[in-house]
Amino acid sequence: MPSRIFELSTLPFYRPPVPGTHPPLNFAGYRGTALRYPLHAPVNLPQRLTEVTGPVLGDHQPVEGDADLTRHHDGEPLGQRIIVGGRVLDSGGRPVPDALIEVWQANSGGRYRHVADRWDSPLDPNFTGLGRAMTDAFGRYKFITVKPGAYPWKNHLNAWRPAHIHFSLFGRAFVQRLVTQMYFPGDPLFFQDPIFNSIPDPDARERLISRFNLDATVPEWALAFDFDIVLRGAAATPFEGDDEPQDEA
Amino acid sequence: MMGLTPSQTVGPYLSIGLTWPDGVFAAEPDAPSGFWLRGNLFDGEGEPVPDGLVESWQANPDGSFDSTEDPRGASAWPRFRGYARSATDAIGGFEIHTLKPGPVPDGDGGLQAPHLNLSIFARGMLDRVITRVYFDGEPANADDPVLASVPAARRPTLVAVAQDGGYRFDIHLQGDEETVFFRT
Repeated sequence: MPSRIFELSTLPFYRPPVPGTHPPLNFAGYRGTALRYPLHAPVNLPQRLTEVTGPVLGDHQPVEGDADLTRHHDGEPLGQRIIVGGRVLDSGGRPVPDALIEVWQANSGGRYRHVADRWDSPLDPNFTGLGRAMTDAFGRYKFITVKPGAYPWKNHLNAWRPAHIHFSLFGRAFVQRLVTQMYFPGDPLFFQDPIFNSIPDPDARERLISRFNLDATVPEWALAFDFDIVLRGAAATPFEGDDEPQDEA
Repeated sequence: MMGLTPSQTVGPYLSIGLTWPDGVFAAEPDAPSGFWLRGNLFDGEGEPVPDGLVESWQANPDGSFDSTEDPRGASAWPRFRGYARSATDAIGGFEIHTLKPGPVPDGDGGLQAPHLNLSIFARGMLDRVITRVYFDGEPANADDPVLASVPAARRPTLVAVAQDGGYRFDIHLQGDEETVFFRT
């Protein structure tokens, strides 16, 4: 057992989200929440070692091609080819390098390659809709894909999900884990979507809408959208000057 | 300060993006002392949640972490990565093959009892919920500061019970048996 006792003050403290940033678990407009939100208030869990550490995932580093969703089959998928790129930062503006990003999405007709998706829109034999990337030393990432279509989902009469790409991210710490969705600018379906509108703060909501970036487009080939992702940041950098050995078994 | 990116639900098709062939193996299948932590995820009516994902993160058997964020230094443990993910099946079942973690310093001179942190995602959940798994019969539970912070009547929802050489830990998102969830 590690016998050395360290001071609590040497651990980073990740600032809590500003109220209104994340959606409430109980949101009547999204019917699926009704039986899946806790009735009890959450108990405060002080940030200790298990909360400020996180997995390395060395065996799950993406390989060449994982980030290009248009090259996973013999042919190219139908739809508008797009480049989705950006940076992963913490709330202090520091880049988060070596962060695993997993994305999944519907095809250009709004159909997911999933047994539970019964929407009457064709599957694309050349599109799975799964991508993976790791951020570089500057926190940057890039995917190549096709723009997903909107789709109906029966939450309310004539309910349609705005086009979106699902994002899953690991930072360095358990407290930084994030699953979210990226949207596209100017989507006419935002007003009626309870998932998008479940975010109380309108400014926070806007942060899920990617920005068209003409400079990142590739002439004669692809449009481009920027989506920066901000994870919880630590209030201080705690380990500077720490002279503890780093090779303890 | 930059505003955080908000959470959104994983939706019903999470298995497209979040399935790993070896996802459930925090410990490799033949790792010494490996065992299965199995359970079911239930909604507020006691119905299974078949479109959820349970993720675990924990210390090594000696209480160290394979993470450079540990101020004691990162420590790899053979055939173990401390992390697992299990999508739930048609009856809400999940399973994680793991090792029992060691006690973890609480940073205040004491120790926390062996525990796993879980994140639970699902369709119908706009954000993850967080809980902890402790182990039935573990003497250190009596002095654990997190368990002590939970009303005694609800503590059993955080304790896995021995079953078939491993442990069982059911999760109730809502209702009379509601699991204790944390904010951190």
